[in-house]
Amino acid sequence: MNMHSPAVSGGHHPRDHDHGHDSGSTTVLGFWIYLMSDCLIFCSLFATFGVLAESYAGGPTGRELFDLPYVGAETVLLLISSFTFGMANLNMNAARTRKVIRWLAITFLFGAAFIGMEINEFAHLVAEGAGPGRSAFLSAYFTLVGTHGLHVTSGLIWLAVMIDQTRRFGLDAVVRRRLACLSLFWHFLDLIWICVFTFVYLHGVL
Amino acid sequence: MAHSPTRIAHREAAHGTFTSYLAGFGICLVLTGLSFGAVMSGMIPHDRIFPTIVGLAVAQLLVQLILFLHLGTAPEQRNNTVIFVLTGMLIAIIVAGSLWVMHNANTNMMPTHMSIERARAKD
Repeated sequence: MNMHSPAVSGGHHPRDHDHGHDSGSTTVLGFWIYLMSDCLIFCSLFATFGVLAESYAGGPTGRELFDLPYVGAETVLLLISSFTFGMANLNMNAARTRKVIRWLAITFLFGAAFIGMEINEFAHLVAEGAGPGRSAFLSAYFTLVGTHGLHVTSGLIWLAVMIDQTRRFGLDAVVRRRLACLSLFWHFLDLIWICVFTFVYLHGVL
Repeated sequence: MAHSPTRIAHREAAHGTFTSYLAGFGICLVLTGLSFGAVMSGMIPHDRIFPTIVGLAVAQLLVQLILFLHLGTAPEQRNNTVIFVLTGMLIAIIVAGSLWVMHNANTNMMPTHMSIERARAKD
């Protein structure tokens, strides 16, 4: 965090912004490669879930456990948070610092509401005796959905950090680069959630 | 700092506009609603539901990839797109391969109550 000297962050001269953009785009490309490797983690968890999706071990099935309206509400919360992050992006491009902070805060609230609903859902499942130890199906379910939840939680922490950095340093080249990476991360998590609600929840109740 | 029109167009493709985000949000909301509706309403024949929701999910993934993650063919986006396509191939191989292998392993597995001699005599 000590890298915010004017020499490194590029200052506010318009020409410096272009230099920052070039080195920044390499970083963003590297971050994209990380996201793709993260995608492979999810891919193997989805494959595991696919293999174990009917290994109920005499325990409860998806049809008995999943509450679709509840999952629908989670989905909409995450989708709204993706859109509000887009609004933060647009304001970042227009260099409106205060609006960026406001939209990031709104994104944080929707993301936190999503995580709150997910924790509540997990707590209910465990209370009903359908915890991760009940069957291979539930182990795979908790691992896959829990990994996504952990990612969203890390995203929330990162969001809080970036709100603070934007407030302290303004939209300098370093903050812009970090926000660009966080934006990819956040939208990527919504992408994973599309697969989760389709292949875990909707397919689970068929 | 004169930007040529094509440069600006590329930048817009790479960063999005209010209209593109709003359109992406609206389309995704509709596609999500259709997915849940297809399962919850019971209006679609049961064997058609799964292909329908897979199709809707793929459509939504594409919409978000293009409008939110800004994948495309513009020079600024091309690297990301190529890496994504390669990752997509790996995903297809891992998921389809796992399901295929494990399905075969499951259906061909010897029942535990059967002796090795009886299992051999069967084929």
